[in-house]
Amino acid sequence: MKTLLDHVLPLALALVLLGLWEAIVRINDVPPYLLPAPSAIAAALCTHWSTLSAAMAATLLITLKGFLGAFAAAVALAILFSQSRLAEKMLYPYAVILQVTPVVAVAPLILIWVGFERIALALALIAGMIAFFPILTSAVQGLKSADFNLIDLTRLYGASRWQTLWRVRIPSALPALLTGMKTGGVIALIGEVTAEFAAGSGTATGLAWRIAEAGNRLEIATLFAAVALLCLTGILIFALLSLLEWALLRPWHESARQGG
Amino acid sequence: MTPLLSATSLIKRFPNGVAALDDLSFTLRAGDFVSLLGPSGCGKSTALRLVAGLLSPGSGAITWPDGKPDIGFVFQEPTLMPWADALTNARLPLDLKGVPRARGNDAARAALARVGLDGFETALPRELSGGMKMRVSIARALVARPRLLLLDEPFAALDEITRAALNDDLLRLWREDGLTILFVTHSVAESCYLSERVLVMTPRPGRLAADIALPPQDGRAPGFRLSPQFLGCQRLVSDALGRAA
Repeated sequence: MKTLLDHVLPLALALVLLGLWEAIVRINDVPPYLLPAPSAIAAALCTHWSTLSAAMAATLLITLKGFLGAFAAAVALAILFSQSRLAEKMLYPYAVILQVTPVVAVAPLILIWVGFERIALALALIAGMIAFFPILTSAVQGLKSADFNLIDLTRLYGASRWQTLWRVRIPSALPALLTGMKTGGVIALIGEVTAEFAAGSGTATGLAWRIAEAGNRLEIATLFAAVALLCLTGILIFALLSLLEWALLRPWHESARQGG
Repeated sequence: MTPLLSATSLIKRFPNGVAALDDLSFTLRAGDFVSLLGPSGCGKSTALRLVAGLLSPGSGAITWPDGKPDIGFVFQEPTLMPWADALTNARLPLDLKGVPRARGNDAARAALARVGLDGFETALPRELSGGMKMRVSIARALVARPRLLLLDEPFAALDEITRAALNDDLLRLWREDGLTILFVTHSVAESCYLSERVLVMTPRPGRLAADIALPPQDGRAPGFRLSPQFLGCQRLVSDALGRAA
């Protein structure tokens, strides 16, 4: 019953808000170039479905590539940090610098360096840059938070660093790492969209480009439809990563068992 | 008789300035069941970690006349891998030593059976009670057939009934395996019930205040826990503890 309510209540609220929106637009006769009604947005979505769905797939694919690259780099660096204090002290400040530098500011540079002929790679790089830091920090925290008595036990039995890492540190780090992945996955999408806006040319084929294009043409209903698909993409990424978290942690970790 | 280990003038000061041990000396003979008793914070656990080789002394030395034996260690908490079942937890020392999986499973299954956990091989730690988790921890410590077993207040967090049962199980395992046991506790009753020798430590920084020999296990009165002999042992140890404070 509780689970049913959890799903029905947000949906019911969404329907009420959409109904309210539709009513306000119709009653006040709001011009569609200012605020289209939900029905007009739905119509635009149907009309432009082939271009919008292709754009959504492109955005999702580039985001995924960026995210996976960020994940691999962040986990590798976190493992290095967990093994070497010197490496951590030396490299961590640069990771922070990477994080605090606004992606909008460096996106044009990356686009130029990588080249507009390889626009997908450039966008994935920018998406990866923004996703990198939360995954790194959570992985470092997770790798460091392994039970020190368990670490001592592996030392007592003469375990190699690799054995300790594989058998104790990495499984201990999973809950924190998966939290970082969820954050990183969603903001990778933000990075990808930002990069597409920065690219600002017809070479980009993702949703952000469709939003810019629709805005320029004052096709506000299409713009809203693209934004809706962007939200859906974000929800999809979050849901997939939450599913992964659930599958990996549910048997043993409290965070994945609550409410289950 | 040559001691299994001799600890001589151990001094340990931590980087934060805390002096944990000051000139602690003691010996252990093969087959001993010795309790290390003292108030909280007196350096008992530090002494145990020094013996295990998990810490190095600032000065002093631990020598092993017949070579350092294989050591099993049981912590105050069960310290299990929460993502792994009881069998995998018990098998960990063998996995780390590179023992083939099938042989490791057989040994871990046998170790779990010896601590009364036959049939719980696939249970995750969250599915086990506090006492059962501690039994898995003991099984893990015994699975590699160590000669020396170090226990750091392993039963402190358990209820009285579970604690009494585990005390008896530990005595049985000690007898069956011919183990040497160094058992850290701050319970006078537990030290008197389990051990044949009690090393009483002073408050921090820990030194040896008394080395008390108790009646050997096989020379104890029936129903030892309720006997005047047990009360006498406790009085002896309590007095030494009082003098050390």
